[in-house]
Amino acid sequence: MPTALAARNVSHRFGSVVALDDVSIDVPAGRAVALVGESGSGKTTLLRCFNRLVEPLRGEVRVGNQDVRAQPAVLLRREIGYVQQHGGLLPHWRVLRNVALVPILREMADAVDAARRALDLVGLPVSDFGHRFPHELSGGQRQRVALARSIAARPGVILLDEPFGALDAISRAELQESFDAMRRDLSVTTLLVTHDLAEAGRLADEVVVMRAGRIEQQGAMRTLITAPATDYVARLIERARAGLEALRL
Amino acid sequence: MRRILRSLALVAFAVAAGAHAQSTVTETSTRGQQRPVVIASKPFGESYLLCEMFAQLLESRGMSVERRPGLGATEIAFGALRTGAIDAYPEYTGTGLVAVLHDSLPDSVMADSRAVFALVARRFADEYGVRWLPPLGFQNTYAIAVTRATAGKYHLRTLSDLARESPHLTAGFTADFIGRSDGLVGLSRVYGLHPRAVRPLAPAVKYQALASGAVDVIDGYSTDGLLARYDLVTLIDDRHFFPPYEAAALVNGKLESQMPNAVAALTLLSWRLDEKTMRQLNRRVEVDGEDVRVVAADELKTLGLIGGTQSTARVEKSRSGFGRYMWDRRSDLAVLTLRHLLLVGLALLAAVIVAVPLGLFLERTRPLAEPSIGALGVLQTIPSIALLAFMIPLLGVGVIPALVALWLYALYPIARGTYTGVRDADPDAVAAAEALGTTPVQRLMWVRLPLAAPVIMAGIRTAAVITVGAATLAAFIGAGGLGEPIVAGLALADTRMILSGALPAAVLALAVDGVLGLVERLIAPAHRREGVWRRRESSVRERTA
Repeated sequence: MPTALAARNVSHRFGSVVALDDVSIDVPAGRAVALVGESGSGKTTLLRCFNRLVEPLRGEVRVGNQDVRAQPAVLLRREIGYVQQHGGLLPHWRVLRNVALVPILREMADAVDAARRALDLVGLPVSDFGHRFPHELSGGQRQRVALARSIAARPGVILLDEPFGALDAISRAELQESFDAMRRDLSVTTLLVTHDLAEAGRLADEVVVMRAGRIEQQGAMRTLITAPATDYVARLIERARAGLEALRL
Repeated sequence: MRRILRSLALVAFAVAAGAHAQSTVTETSTRGQQRPVVIASKPFGESYLLCEMFAQLLESRGMSVERRPGLGATEIAFGALRTGAIDAYPEYTGTGLVAVLHDSLPDSVMADSRAVFALVARRFADEYGVRWLPPLGFQNTYAIAVTRATAGKYHLRTLSDLARESPHLTAGFTADFIGRSDGLVGLSRVYGLHPRAVRPLAPAVKYQALASGAVDVIDGYSTDGLLARYDLVTLIDDRHFFPPYEAAALVNGKLESQMPNAVAALTLLSWRLDEKTMRQLNRRVEVDGEDVRVVAADELKTLGLIGGTQSTARVEKSRSGFGRYMWDRRSDLAVLTLRHLLLVGLALLAAVIVAVPLGLFLERTRPLAEPSIGALGVLQTIPSIALLAFMIPLLGVGVIPALVALWLYALYPIARGTYTGVRDADPDAVAAAEALGTTPVQRLMWVRLPLAAPVIMAGIRTAAVITVGAATLAAFIGAGGLGEPIVAGLALADTRMILSGALPAAVLALAVDGVLGLVERLIAPAHRREGVWRRRESSVRERTA
């Protein structure tokens, strides 16, 4: 069951630095939204509010129909898939055990089967990869394992923080493709943080452009391109397009 | 924080309770006649010899004896006697007067050794409940000595001559002598002695230092066997500065009521040893390298105090090779090695039990971490021998204070390793584990501790090797172990004896490090247990993927 996400008037500060300034977003159940912006724009902080890695100073954050504070953070996190830039696999656990982490935490009876299925979904058959240690995999394979780990317990929502940021262009494109297919199959609600507008356009139904803790514009990529709400958004699109033009020559 | 403090307090209490339990055992067992008489000595040849003679005398009368030879300098030995940790040791009246009572007497009394003895004996009984048995019959005063060449060059005959020439001379004195008011301090005051430089030297090396010309003047004892061997000139105390140093057995007051037969046996030696005899005996021990046990037994037989005939084979034995020497002592060395291992093992275990949780706790309270670990680090800068000396007023002598000192030394590397290891354990893995819903305890047990294990283990290995080394010094406060032959060898200037403790200690350090290295490989995180080949193959795969 996909789960809707909502943030209402969320503000947060780290010391004197404003990270989020009265931000509201909605992610409808089963949809994918990308948070785009430069470093320090607040996109990662906003993402981390949803699994309580950040507890915002003001505002309300909801997962499904519940305030995130309604249950202990540990239990909430087990219901939410999470992938970070450097996969964060436990280096001393073999691949299968890594993927089974959340099913084990949730005390699912078929934890190992769940892990097997997740590995199949990301294209790493257990017979070839299950017994390996993370350092015996390529960067792309490791990130696939991290993806498998995030979906093994079949969460209704998955949070991704620059999941493909550390990969070379080819592995990245492959992984984007298989992730897109997988998320549609599972119809899992997705919130994705990326600094790459092209990636956002490719993977998300809707894009949220953030800058200095505020939302510049929120809408479909097409709208952003045809009707940028601010100069900043226009410049951002211009720059992304210039990159593509350069390839065309 | 509170929990840690409480556990620290518990450990401290347990240690104190252990020490107390040990002392009560001694107290209660003294009521029976079975307990051993504990005989100690200070760390120099003559004291060893007298200690051994006391011990054999008691054993020949059917009593069991526990020997603590070379227990420590005056403060340590007398401290141990007062607290009842030992029953008797040989002491000198002048030392008692100056180093213990911190007193001096009018010259008229000083010149009369009987008067000094009477006064010292009375005050020791009144103030400390410690008894001086009647004198052994010889004096062993300080002998300020120079080589015959130096004496000729500077025309030195008396200490006044020496004071006149002292700005041209380098002195090599024992640390004890430098600090004592009946030593250099008083000599400077009375004679105006101000050498160009004063080098603190261990008793064992000062004669060699003098003979080699490294120093020009040393302090010796008038009964030293080495004075004759190196043909040294003893300068005359023309102003009668040194008090009489009459040798006698110093006995804990309780021994007389508990074991009158022991006191009676020790008194048999009173008035039986003169200076000439002592010089000969000391020479056999210090110059000829004979076994203290043999020399002591020979003299007791000569005096008719124990039965049997004199040994004859001794010289050949003492001149035989080092390998043979070690082989002859194999059972002693095995016992000492075991005891050493036991000391190290217990201290290390206690340190692991305290320092690993401490390191984990400090990792949770980062602002406290560096100051706390720094404070433990400061302990490392205290010289082991000083730390051991600090333990004596608190815990007496023997195994308990040694364990506490070794424990204190072992804390730092283990706490540092644990703290650093856990703090730096793969931050990405820890962050991911948190984001996926592990509890702090699960993160600790599943992720951080396993990943930190090699660093923690490295800290434990460092602590173990340090402890094996430091434990040799535990012999200075009577805890036994491989330091025993080292301390005795230093006192007797016997290189072979020193090596018989030092070599096994070095081998032990290597062995302990090796064994812990194996343990380290066993508890390494699973992905690091693979062979090098496996890792290389995987990095190739990574590059080509």
